[in-house]
Amino acid sequence: MLWIAWKMLVGNRVKYLGIIFGVLFAALLIAQQSSIFCGLMFLTVSQIRDVEGPAIWVMDKNVEFIDDIKPLPDTDLFRVKGVPGVDWAVRFYKGLARARMEEGDFHQMILLGLDDATLIGAPEGLFMGALSDLRKPDAVIMDDAGYKQIWPGEPFRLGRTFEMNDRRAVLVGITKASRTFQTFPIVYTRYSSAVLYAPRERKVLSFVLAQPRPGLAAEEVCQEITRQTGLQALTRDEFMEKTIRHFLAKTGIPVNFAITVLLGFIVGTAIAGQTFYLFTVENIRQFGALKAMGTSNWTILMMVLAQGAQVGVIGYGLGVGLAALFGWSSRGLTKLAFFMPWQVLVMTAIAVFLIVLLASLLSIRRVLVVDPAIVFRG
Amino acid sequence: MERCSPMQPLPREPLPDDVAVRVRGVTKEFGSGGSLTKALRGVDLDVPYGEMLLLAGPSGCGKTTLVSIVAGTLEPTAGEVVVLGQDLVAMSSGGRVRFRRDNVGFVFQAYNLLPSLTAAENAAVPLMIAGHPRAQAVEAACEVLEHLGLGDRLSRLPAEMSGGQQQRVAIARAIVHHPRLLVCDEPTSALDAENGRITMELIAELAVQPDRAVIVVTHDSRVFSFADRIATMEDGRIESVAIGEHGG
Repeated sequence: MLWIAWKMLVGNRVKYLGIIFGVLFAALLIAQQSSIFCGLMFLTVSQIRDVEGPAIWVMDKNVEFIDDIKPLPDTDLFRVKGVPGVDWAVRFYKGLARARMEEGDFHQMILLGLDDATLIGAPEGLFMGALSDLRKPDAVIMDDAGYKQIWPGEPFRLGRTFEMNDRRAVLVGITKASRTFQTFPIVYTRYSSAVLYAPRERKVLSFVLAQPRPGLAAEEVCQEITRQTGLQALTRDEFMEKTIRHFLAKTGIPVNFAITVLLGFIVGTAIAGQTFYLFTVENIRQFGALKAMGTSNWTILMMVLAQGAQVGVIGYGLGVGLAALFGWSSRGLTKLAFFMPWQVLVMTAIAVFLIVLLASLLSIRRVLVVDPAIVFRG
Repeated sequence: MERCSPMQPLPREPLPDDVAVRVRGVTKEFGSGGSLTKALRGVDLDVPYGEMLLLAGPSGCGKTTLVSIVAGTLEPTAGEVVVLGQDLVAMSSGGRVRFRRDNVGFVFQAYNLLPSLTAAENAAVPLMIAGHPRAQAVEAACEVLEHLGLGDRLSRLPAEMSGGQQQRVAIARAIVHHPRLLVCDEPTSALDAENGRITMELIAELAVQPDRAVIVVTHDSRVFSFADRIATMEDGRIESVAIGEHGG
């Protein structure tokens, strides 16, 4: 009988495609908007992700997210180093600097200061220059997206100079880096240089990056650091989670995306539900005939649900596929943030399931109450 | 649909007596209060096995209501309905569904074929409802259709066939599972005279068997000659029962 249900469904091409379109539209919108939302959230933690070596980030206890810098005194580095279970710890500067270019224009930049001795926190994607050149006087490395933003259309060239806080900076390397939420160029330099490029402040240490001794869990060492120093110590993953939670709770981004997702859900449900209902009404005499011939209500119910499931699976596959295609095709062409984790696929599947269920409910009610004697009425 | 093989009828239980349909004092009311409509006002009727009974009468006289009750698609308000030895009034809703599936074949005025199924697939539907594998059901349907002269139309969709051909598919669908009661609702009203005659000949040939009863609801006086008896209804009652040309 499920085969008959399938034949009935595909036999009405226009309605069949209409229902699939409704589900497809909803799945596409939900998956695409959710992926852009995830992409944006991913951008907020890009600088934590790019610092791959240390497992622990230590910061002021009131820091809420990566850009919420509350400088520490330099002596906090030694306090962290003195905590049992800490293998090593280094300084890390993060701040904003205003750069004056050779052409006279100004650009806001994200300034990252790496430990002078170890250069821990250095970018992994250096493709022009050498990391060791960062030890030269006034040396800085810039991310390729920032370079293109400042010098659009110009080829990559090392040796360019600009000023930050009236101090000379020389470009010695260009690297790949994850895009940031603010989309400012990222400049890497040594910690000792960074504090000179930055506006003068009494305290300048942004973070202490630390590593637990081998065999110790980072979470336990974090608790020990907090207990002994009063500072906030988080694992890399915890810090990313905290940053994302901040953006979720304190900005309107989730609400805006939720509205779009909800809209997709409602419009998809409306299109699919209405078309499916019309399809059922058009076939009501056929359903009545099947009931008259001895098809039980349970079988009829299964038939309608099977029809709904079929369009749901196809609509979901096409919608998610198109969303993925959209993300893939836009990856180099636009600055669109797009990240489709498995959770988006699951959430979209649940939404599609609900759409199909809602769409089917109307039809189910209609076919279950239909009197099999309808077939005797001309 | 190149090759077909027969499906043997299921073995029958012994018949309780020679009456296939027994209706006693059946009433049917629709609505309530001021809008109460009495469609049937105490109908008594017997249909023996091996007989084709025609139900005739003007529109609104209760023919369709009566045949719906006999077929088990409608419950009477009061009265006794025993079909093929089974009390339909005492039967549960699910029991009536199974009863229709196993014992009743339908020929509808508007054919009610599934537009997206081929002729063979349409004719096989009752067997599929009964749980037969699709391939086996379609094979059995093919044989019936070939017998009805539609051997070259097995793969055609209803929209690709004439009204007469569609009604023949509907007849094949009605008898493919060897029901003991065949209910035909205005089977010739949408057909021209020639196709109407062919349809009735097929029903008479294939459906009227010693272990089977046929009830035909009709306005069409041209088909009276095929009947064993003709029951004429008026205002919710059986007014008269006459012997047809076949019944003598």
